[in-house]
Order: sequence, then structure tokens, then C-alpha cells
Amino acid sequence: MPIDIDIAHVARLARLALTAEEQDRYRSQLGAILDHAARVQSIQAADAGVGHPLGFTNAFRPDAVTPSLDRDEVLRMAPESRDGYFVAPPALDQES
Amino acid sequence: MSRPGWEAVIGIEVHVELLTDSKMFCGCRVDFGSEPNTNVCPTCLALPGSLPVPNETAIDWIARIGLALNCEVSPVSVFHRKNYFYADLPKNYQISQFDVPVCHDGWLEVPVGAETITVGIERAHQEEDTGKSVHVGDGGRIHAATETLLDFNRAGVPLVEIVSKPDISTAIEAKAYAQELRAVIVELGVSDAKLEEGSMRFDANVSVRPEGASEFGTKVEIKNMNSFRSLERAIDYEIIRQIDSIEGGTPIVQETRHWDEEAGVTQGMRSKEGSSDYRYFIEPDLVPMEIDDHWQSRVRAALPELPATRRSRYAGLGLDPHLAEVLTGADPGLRDLFTATIDAGAGARAAATWVTGEVTAWLRREDKSIESSPLDGTGLAELVTMIESGDLSSSAAKDVLDGVLRGEGRPREVAASRDLLQVSDEGAIESAVDDVLSANPDAVERYRAGETKVTGFLVGQVMRATGGKADPKVVNRLLGEKLT
Amino acid sequence: MNLADITIADAGRLLSSSQASAVDILDAVLERASMTEAELHAYLTIDRDGARAAAEASDRRRASGDAVGPLDGIPIALKDNMCTRGIETTCSSQILAGYVPPYDGTAVRLLKEAGAVVVGKTNLDEFAMGSSTENSAFGPSRNPWNPDMVPGGSSGGSAATVAVGSALGAFGSDTGGSIRQPASLCGVVGVKPTYGLVSRYGLVAFASSLDQIGPFGRTVEDAALLLEAISGHDPLDATSYRGPTPPYSADLEQGISGLRVGVVREFSGEGYEPAVESATQAMVDRLADAGAEVVEVSIPSVDMTLSAYYLIAPAEASANLARFDGIRYGLRVPGETTEEMMARTRAEGFGPEVVRRVLLGTYALSAGYYDAFYGKALQVRSVVQAELAAAYERADVLVGPTSPTTAFEVGAKAQDPLAMYLCDICTIPSNLAGHPAISVPVGLDDAGLPIGFQVLAPALGERVMFRVAAEVERLASFDARPAMARSLV
Repeated sequence: MPIDIDIAHVARLARLALTAEEQDRYRSQLGAILDHAARVQSIQAADAGVGHPLGFTNAFRPDAVTPSLDRDEVLRMAPESRDGYFVAPPALDQES
Repeated sequence: MSRPGWEAVIGIEVHVELLTDSKMFCGCRVDFGSEPNTNVCPTCLALPGSLPVPNETAIDWIARIGLALNCEVSPVSVFHRKNYFYADLPKNYQISQFDVPVCHDGWLEVPVGAETITVGIERAHQEEDTGKSVHVGDGGRIHAATETLLDFNRAGVPLVEIVSKPDISTAIEAKAYAQELRAVIVELGVSDAKLEEGSMRFDANVSVRPEGASEFGTKVEIKNMNSFRSLERAIDYEIIRQIDSIEGGTPIVQETRHWDEEAGVTQGMRSKEGSSDYRYFIEPDLVPMEIDDHWQSRVRAALPELPATRRSRYAGLGLDPHLAEVLTGADPGLRDLFTATIDAGAGARAAATWVTGEVTAWLRREDKSIESSPLDGTGLAELVTMIESGDLSSSAAKDVLDGVLRGEGRPREVAASRDLLQVSDEGAIESAVDDVLSANPDAVERYRAGETKVTGFLVGQVMRATGGKADPKVVNRLLGEKLT
Repeated sequence: MNLADITIADAGRLLSSSQASAVDILDAVLERASMTEAELHAYLTIDRDGARAAAEASDRRRASGDAVGPLDGIPIALKDNMCTRGIETTCSSQILAGYVPPYDGTAVRLLKEAGAVVVGKTNLDEFAMGSSTENSAFGPSRNPWNPDMVPGGSSGGSAATVAVGSALGAFGSDTGGSIRQPASLCGVVGVKPTYGLVSRYGLVAFASSLDQIGPFGRTVEDAALLLEAISGHDPLDATSYRGPTPPYSADLEQGISGLRVGVVREFSGEGYEPAVESATQAMVDRLADAGAEVVEVSIPSVDMTLSAYYLIAPAEASANLARFDGIRYGLRVPGETTEEMMARTRAEGFGPEVVRRVLLGTYALSAGYYDAFYGKALQVRSVVQAELAAAYERADVLVGPTSPTTAFEVGAKAQDPLAMYLCDICTIPSNLAGHPAISVPVGLDDAGLPIGFQVLAPALGERVMFRVAAEVERLASFDARPAMARSLV
């Protein structure tokens, strides 16, 4: 079955700014990989597990405060920071 | 507010920030007053290699919320990743829940005026909050901002999302639901639930349809209402906007709209087509949660009395709906005072009136708490009894209360020391009446000419002569006898 | 004898008898590194000062009688996706170039507490995505047995250090074979532990439900000693195993008499090099001679496991790698809006294989395709778990080759993603099931390249796995050393 890939949409969802040439290349590579991956569709319907491969459940931590990082150390890692904040370019959308 | 021939279908989504000591998936402090980016660690900053571990108390508390809302608690539930990119979402996915929330299928009874409606609860699920963006430039408006400042102190604070069924049909009902839900949350002690600070946030899904239609209209999500009043206004506005739009021939498009409090309108937000594909999948860093019967029983046993139960208990004591409602929402210390007062023999109505009226007003005025005041149920019952037996006028009783609250003694002691005991001795009152009548022949004349309202003046004169201590009933009776 | 060529067990004996100091051993491996790195490029970072300080501290402990265990003073290498406080951790990606973590991962902390001396950080396929260590933003690593060949991947740098002697032991991560396959191609022992046995806290995630940290050693015993140091419950990892972790080195001498060894029928045939097939068969025959009961078992869905893996791992990766957005750390490429900045940063910061897998995973999870791809892949995962469970009713361990081929030439598969993905066919089932597996070198092919033999065990079956692996090691008596190390002795 031919695999239909809206590569521009997928790249936007993944926040990857690809050139037209890159989009073409990835579309054809993904097509080949997905063609192979589509073998999974021949599986007889089975239950998919919902959790840990070994079936573990209920791993929690107590509601206890532990030390936070030093702010100077945190902001030193940042490409841009000011007055205790990380700085980013303006947002266009609320969320997307 | 709707329009004849139309009806609205409304569902409310509420986000409640839990006031745990630490965050949902890491040990950073939950504290909204800290300097920016001081309550952050590898996990809530999404540093490479960090992992989430859920806060057990938060899970306890969402179970508490769910049970208070009559929900089923899922015996097994799982976390999902909700994928979307946003600058204040450190991992660029939110750990949330998708098809197996902790709580589902409950209901909440909501008083709306004299009626009660039942609003279904679709689900309550556990997730984490985002950081805070400050949009800098041009007055902080998002569209005109020149840059974004990011503070991740709030990132990872436990958040419970409570989704109602679309059982609400007016803005007033929506507001009543929101208020009742807040009362429940506050009662449960799991959040400070402050709308203005965003620790409780409401979104509304609104659609309209011709009255009696069975299909739903296209729904619009409204965000950014940070008071009960703006919730009500926004929904009212949106209902009319949708009806106008449809009647004008423009169908409703599914979208998210922002409530603009100043302009009093909802506005569409810029968003790109097909952008909300959240690609949910099970969070592989976490394991399923099993909340078994034992855990549920433990949570259920610790539930406090909820507002609806308390309201009907108060109504059962003979309080009218308004008084029952006010007392239901009163501080726990004041409600305890009410109970102690009736236990000490006072009538429920009088006790409730004093507790929610004068006592509350005095404490507010003096910025004191009932817990730190010397007033107890026995004292308030004594005060009520003194009024009922005629030993105190109701205005003198306020003075006495003031004295008691200031620690001057029991009501009877204060009444005596402040010289406020009512005079019921008829001889003393009669001589005062006689003095007033002889000193005011004009008034007596006018009364006899049919101007009966002059009685008020004469009563006032007698009260003044007795220093306010004469029993007004006795004064009235004696005046009446002597004037006829 | 060169101290760079000894085992960890030997080093422990030399240290405790004061025949060598930790500094002596460190000097030997650093010298080996300085002679081989130009050709191999196994390390991205060598922390000479930190390593020396740690070795000196170890010698002081030992002098005062406070040595803390078998790894005290042992120089080890760490894959560069394990967070090390104060040492650059890049995952071989431009997007993390220069990134210095403010914390140690749990495994790293445990190793330091055990007295191990961290020599440096090793090269890998970017974000552990690959089977050749060619997908590194900082250049490929080479195979010590023949520098024209790849060392395997993604933990190729770690495997190469142990093979050549620029560390006595090393650690990597195995998501679909990334420890075992390079161990096989470099002629060393590599272990993928049971999922949850080793904390993932501080391991930069590729595919969270599959990733496990594990050791490389020159011997099975060394690998067991290294694993013992890092296994156990970690409250910082919710998927961490909460039970006791037995000493894996305890049963190594027990032999395999009476054990049932299952030969996986599907791990042979088309795509398997004859040398690999004959070496595997020869070892199976020897195991039978040594007293094992050999049975044939089948994992019919093996063919589908590769497909399932290449959907599940990219899907998880697409979310795990979303955090690299140019805001809090790492590379930023400017843009007019946050969205544009993020998209440019990620397109420029990630190499082609990472972009390919992020796109693949995003697609597999997206609306309209989830059920047909990711959803089906999860079902395959359940099926392979069931098939393995059935196989383990008939056998105590399963065996087969680790990789269908020996090391291939640098560049040979670089342009063909699918051919590269097929390298993982024998290793993926253990990751999908969460089971442990080990690769042990058993011989060389005609070109003098190592062949690995794989022993698979059920969940938490490390003890029996090591026991069989030790027998395989004895039966193979593989003592060849890469020419590059040999010439230096």
C-alpha cells in the first residue's frame, strides 16, 4: 500500500524547519521505512500492554521538598537570559 | 440570557492547582511568591536525562476530589504525554491523562437561586502546570510582544482538570456551578483556589442550537475568565454572539476564543489549521497507578462534610436557604461557634444570624480570627437568651458583644459593667413616661388629633430619659395606655 | 604486561597486593588512548585532570585501608549520553555541543561512589540513533580490529575503548542492541540488563521504554562486576526495579550442566554471514557437549519486531527530543518568533538520522496514523513478549548470534537507513520484552573481525545469563587482541 505522508505537516508538528529539498528527501526515505514498518499491520489483533514491560505499578515519591538548582548555574546554560528569566523570541500562538 | 427559540449547551473545564508542598513530578517547592527560576531542578526544567516521579499526595488529593464529586475512581489509570511545543512547557509535552483518567463519571448538585440542578462530571484527571511567560513590549500584549521572559517556578505544579458534562444551559448556572465547585475544593483543603491568582481557572465550551433540537451546535472554547463575574459575562456574550452569527447566515466555526474583560467581548485567537494534533501516547517514564479499594476507602473516610450536605443540615435546623447558604460558606471556626451556640441552648436562627452578622462583621472590622477571640458558644447563647428574655435591647446587645469580644467578661458581666441591662421595672418606666408626656404637651396634642406617628418621637424621648435601657415593648404599651 | 590490557578482576588483585596503583593503571590507559585516539576517535572528551584526581583519591583510600570495592581505582569510560556533572555531555549532537550538566546521573554517581575513575566520555551515534557510530556530529569512531571498519553502534566509542585498552571497562546504553552489537563487532563482552535493573536517571533518553544502561568488559566476570556496581532501586526512576539485585559474578564457575539452551530458529538464514552462522552453530554444539540440553525454539514474530521497534522507538524519541528547543540550554539558531527559532534550532542542531527518526515518530503518532502504525507496533510488542514467555517454558536461556554480520566498512550502509536498521534484528526482541541479554566474543571471521554470541534470558534472569555466558567464554577461549592493541604491548 502506498504510504501517504504530508511531510510539511509532520515537520511543522515536530518543529523542524526543512528546505524543500530536505522535505523531498525525507518523504521518500520515510516512505521506504514505513513500507517496511507496515508489516506490523499484519499482526492478528492483540492487546497492547499499557505499562512497564515487567508489569510494575505504583511508583510514587512522598510529598517532600528537595533542594532546587542554583539559579545562576541554571541560567548560565541558557542561550539568553536576563534578570533571572530565560529569554525567548515573541510567541506567535498561544499553543500549537 | 438567551433568545427565544434558542438554547445554549455549556460545559465547564476547570484547572485546579494543588497546594502540595512539592511539585507533581519532582521535589521542587510549590511556592508562588518566589524569585523567578529559583524553584527549578533537572526534572521540571526538562534537562536532558531527568525523569518524573509522581507525588503520592497529589494522587491522594485527586482521588479526594473525585470522591467528593461522586466520581468512579479508576482501579488502574495511566499517564500520557500530550505533545505540543510552547516556550513555557519545558519538555514540549505535558504529562497528562488521556483515555484512563483517575476519576470519571460523577456529579455535583448546584444551588441556582431556589432551585438545585445536577451537573454531571465527565472526568477529573491529573496533570502538570506550565511555566509562566511574560510577554514584553507594547504593554505586555501577546500579539505585539517583542520577546518572552520565562519563569519555570510554576512548571510541574500539580494540576487537576475537572471536566463537566454539557449539562449547563445558562451563564447563571455556569457561574453557580463554578462557585459550588470552588466551595468543594476549598472544603477539601487541596488548593487555595484563588481565581485572581490563577490557582483555579475556568474554560467554557459553549454552543447554541434551536430550542428542542437534539443535535449539538458547533462548540467554541472560551478562555481567560478570571472571576465568576467574567465567566458569567463571557458566556452571556458568547451565546448571543453565536445566535447573531447563525441568524446572520455565518455558521459557527470550532475555535478557541479569548475573553477580553475590558472590551466585554470574546475574540478568536490566531492559530494555524490542523495544529492541535497532540499525539497522545502512554508516558513510558511512569508506571500505571493502581488505586485499590483499600486506598479508596482510606481517602473516603477522610472526606470532610461537603457544602451540599452542610447546607441541607442547616436547612434541617430551620435556617432559611439564604442563611443556610451564608453559614455554609463561612469559615470553619465560625461554623463551629454556631454549632456550639445551639448546643448551649440558643435557637438556630438567632445563632446563625449573630454568627454570620455581627460576629463576622466585628472580626472583619478588627481583623481578628474567631479562634483567637474569647467568644464561645456558651457566651453567644447567653447573649441570645438575654435578648429574648428582654434583659438586653438588640442595640445594647451589639455593645455587649463588643465587650465580650474584647475580653471584658461574660455577656452578663459586660452588660452590667457597661450599664446596658434593660430596665423592665414598670414603675421606673412609668415615671419616665409621665415626665416625657408632661414635658411635651404639643406632641400629646398632635397625637390626640390623629397624628399617631408622633409615638415614635415620644418613645425616643423615654428611651433617652432611661439611658436606652428601658424595654421598648413596655414603653410602647405604657405610652399607648396613657395617650388614649 | 601492559596495565592497559589487564582485566578488571586482575587489576583488583594488583591493586590490593600493591603491585600497581590506580594512578599506574590510569597512566597506562591514558597512554593507550594517546596512541590510538587519532585513528579510533573513541572518546569525545578525556578528563585527564578529573581522572588523575580520582585515581589519586583511590590510592589514598587504599593506603588507609578504605578501598570501597572491586571497582575502586578502575579506569572506565562513559558513553556521552550519560550525564556527568561538570563534564560536557553532548550525545554527539550539535544541539548539545558545550552542554555541561549540573548533575550526575544515578549510574554515574554509583560508579563514582564505587571508586571508579572516569577517564572520559565516548562517541556514539547522535542520541544513540544508529548501529555504526557514524552518525556523530563530531565524526565517526573506528573499529580497533580494522580502522576501515565501523565499531558498531550506537555505543561504538565505549566498545572501542575496552577493545583497545583506553579503558578497562565502559558503559553504554542499549535501546535496540546499542551495547551488544558494538560489543560483538569489537570483540568484547556487552550486557543489556533487564529493563528497570539500572536507573535511567541521567541517561539522555532515546526511547524511554527500551533504554537501559549496561557495561562493556573484556571478560564476562568484568561485565558482571561492572553491572553489580550500578544495579538496584533508584527512587528517581519510577520504572526502576524495587527488588534485591543478586551478585551476578557469584555463579560464573557453576557450568551449564542440566541447563536447557534454546536455539532461536529465526536468528539465521538470509542476511546472516556464513562465518557468523558457523561460529554460532559451533558454540551450540560445544554447549551441548558441555552438558546443556539444546532445544530449538521459535519467535515467529521476529520479522515484525524490527518494524515495531522502528515505530515505537522513534515515536518515543519524537517526544523525548522535543525538549531541545533552544530556550533553556544548548544550541539556539535565532528566529523572529519562538516557533521559528525552535524549528531552525532543531533543523540545524539535529543530524539527518535524528531528523529522520523524529519525523518518523511524529508521523506514527499523528492523527489518522496512530492506529495503523504505533498502535499496531504496541500489539507486536505484546505478541513478542508472549512468544518469548512460551520459549522460556522450554529453555532457561536462548542463544544465537548477536549480529548477522561482523563489522562493515565505514560508509557501507550510511546511505541506506533500512540496511542499517537490519543490524539490530537479533537484539531488538530483548528490548521489546524488557529482558536481559549478553554478547560474548567467540571467534574471528576470515577477515580477522570478531564474531559475537548472544545469550538471552528472561526478565531478571541475569544470574543464569552470566552463568551460561561464562561457560561460552571458557568454551570459546577467545583471547585474540586487536592488532592495534597487540602492536603496542
